[in-house]
Amino acid sequence: MAVLTYRDALTQALREELQRDDRVFLMGEEVAQYNGAYKVSKGLLDEFGPMRIVDTPITELGFAGVGVGAAMVGLRPIVEFMTWNFALLALDEVVNAAAKILYMSGGQYKMPMVFRGPNGAALQLSAQHSQAWESWLAHIPGLKVCTPGTPADAKGLLKSAIRDDNPVVFLEGEMLYNVKGEVPEGEHIVPIGVAELKREGDHCSVITHGKMVLVAMKVADDLAKEGINIDVVDLRTVRPIDVDAISRSVQKTNRAVVLEEGWEICGMGSQVVDFIQRECFDDLDAPVLRVHQEDVPMPYAKNLERAAKPDAGKTIAAIKKVMYLD
Amino acid sequence: MSTETKRPVTQKPKDKPAARNNGADGTGKEPPKEFAGTTPELRRELLHSMLLQRRFEERCAEAYALGKIGGFCHLYIGQEAISTGVMSMIRPDDYVITAYRDHGQALARGISPRAIMAELFGRDAGVSGGKGGSMHLFDSQTNFLGGHGIVGSHVPIAAGVGFAIKYRRGNQVCVCFIGEAAVNIGAFHEALNMASLWDLPVIFIIENNRYGMGTAISRSTANEDVLVRAKGYRMEGETVDGQDVFAVRECMTRAIERARKEKRPTLIEMKTYRFMGHSMSDAVSGTYRTKDELEENMKRDPILLLHNKMYEAGELTEGEMHKIDDEAKAIAQDAWDFADASPEPPLEKLYTDVYTDTSS
Ligand SMILES: Cc1ncc(C[n+]2csc(CCOP(=O)(O)OP(=O)(O)O)c2C)c(N)n1
Ligand SMILES: [Mg+2]
Repeated sequence: MAVLTYRDALTQALREELQRDDRVFLMGEEVAQYNGAYKVSKGLLDEFGPMRIVDTPITELGFAGVGVGAAMVGLRPIVEFMTWNFALLALDEVVNAAAKILYMSGGQYKMPMVFRGPNGAALQLSAQHSQAWESWLAHIPGLKVCTPGTPADAKGLLKSAIRDDNPVVFLEGEMLYNVKGEVPEGEHIVPIGVAELKREGDHCSVITHGKMVLVAMKVADDLAKEGINIDVVDLRTVRPIDVDAISRSVQKTNRAVVLEEGWEICGMGSQVVDFIQRECFDDLDAPVLRVHQEDVPMPYAKNLERAAKPDAGKTIAAIKKVMYLD
Repeated sequence: MSTETKRPVTQKPKDKPAARNNGADGTGKEPPKEFAGTTPELRRELLHSMLLQRRFEERCAEAYALGKIGGFCHLYIGQEAISTGVMSMIRPDDYVITAYRDHGQALARGISPRAIMAELFGRDAGVSGGKGGSMHLFDSQTNFLGGHGIVGSHVPIAAGVGFAIKYRRGNQVCVCFIGEAAVNIGAFHEALNMASLWDLPVIFIIENNRYGMGTAISRSTANEDVLVRAKGYRMEGETVDGQDVFAVRECMTRAIERARKEKRPTLIEMKTYRFMGHSMSDAVSGTYRTKDELEENMKRDPILLLHNKMYEAGELTEGEMHKIDDEAKAIAQDAWDFADASPEPPLEKLYTDVYTDTSS
């Protein structure tokens, strides 16, 4: 199997889907001539031309709406946001239009489109450029939300997202673009709404998604050396959430830690904990703990930023606590 | 609540009717230039279309008062020359998108009055299955893309439809109706910029009824000259009398030609006036506008203007006018009866249409 970066896996998915269906087009800031702010669309302008790889002005609300209009009448737009921080300006079109039009029209107008771009913190970009938005978007009925954490999932989920007739929010990790992994060639599809058990162990479940999958895998490696074996449940999509996969794991381990990049209040973890208390109440040997960003805007200074972010150390501490080892 | 608009659509003009004039298709003298090349049959259709909207919405007001229609309900009364004029110029395969004041446009586009009324009554047979309501009429049969409730947010969507037309090398147009108060929202500007930048076949129609809710345009808009905004985006624009259905049609000829042949967008300001409150919960006058102002503007009722012209040209008798009017009333009554007798959506439908399970 080829080893690709997360970035190249995304590019491969885009290229294959653009080849497969000529209703698919990509639009966004700097996607064409500049090859993408993060080079995800590298080479696509040359291959598909300016009608299908479309540079837009800096006009997030406007081009998100253009995508909605094009999707309503049968095209399959992929709208790239340079980062999801800028997509806040476009949320009206995502939430009020894309997510609602099928319902408001009584099923007449489908919305086969993808909104994609990097989400979450990179390094020292400080408060306005370092935010994880998935709990905002997962809140909305009508949207599907993908959060791939590996190159293979990035490719397989993006292909599913592009083929889906619903509006799909696709959250990439800026810090993941250079991460390498094995990626199946060609027709590799990861279904939306299906989690993957990325590591198996009996002692505790770590339920996570997106960029934090890497952290969870490191935690699993580190703890294995101490004889602690954890399940790593990678949700892969946070709407819909694979509740069965969560239950299966927690019913086996009887302990859980939920790890996410976003903030605590109304975060994804709040929802996962709710599922666990409903589905696994009698299975739990300890309260479920959560690991997340500190409840502050992201600071710039290296040491403060490190302290604000969820990491392997905080996750290990939480696992040991639910195992009553500390 | 009074439900009949205080405007006698069958009132006789002061002058005596001219001799009956059969125009170009008859032996009489040429019809007045202002008829803009329309035939007497078409003029009757225009009159019928406008009267249908009027009578239909008068019944909406009544149904609202009875609690049969709920939520927000924005009437279009006073602006019917615009919907009728525009829809009479475009093709079935063209696209229409609008804001929440959408009943008149939906009727003029030819959507079934029954399906519209059933939607307003929240019934399963409604054009949007009872899930949209007054503000969200959608009809894929007539390319009627809604009914949108966030001021200005449908304007970029219209640009996207224009983009899709261009992408497929089609020659349709997308007509986008916009309230004059929406020109101050960012989405409007973002959409106009892209439509011009990318040569999209979109016709942006600003229905300037002089108020956004209770705020007069002079209190909301630094430069009331809407056409400056067209120029700002290197776009052709014009202002027309939106109470004159022929003026509306004429300027649409130019805009449609520009869109189909040159693939260029147009911004048109149509000056009009709304005769009712902003929505059913707003007084017709007495707060932000005076009764005098309202009455002054009601003298230029678009239906009255058309009626008078046809009457003066001798092509419409009072009897015929009554017949057209009675027909409009009968259609409105039929729509009401149909809606009233229709079942509510079954409860299972609460959960349908959130997602589709299809993929490509
Ligand atoms: C973004 C947004 N802000 C405020 C509102 C509330 N609102 C509904 S209609 C309206 C006035 C709009 O006036 P105009 O665009 O002139 O259209 P008209 O009602 O006159 O047809 C306002 C403020 C809204 N729906 N959307
Ligand atoms: Mg207005």
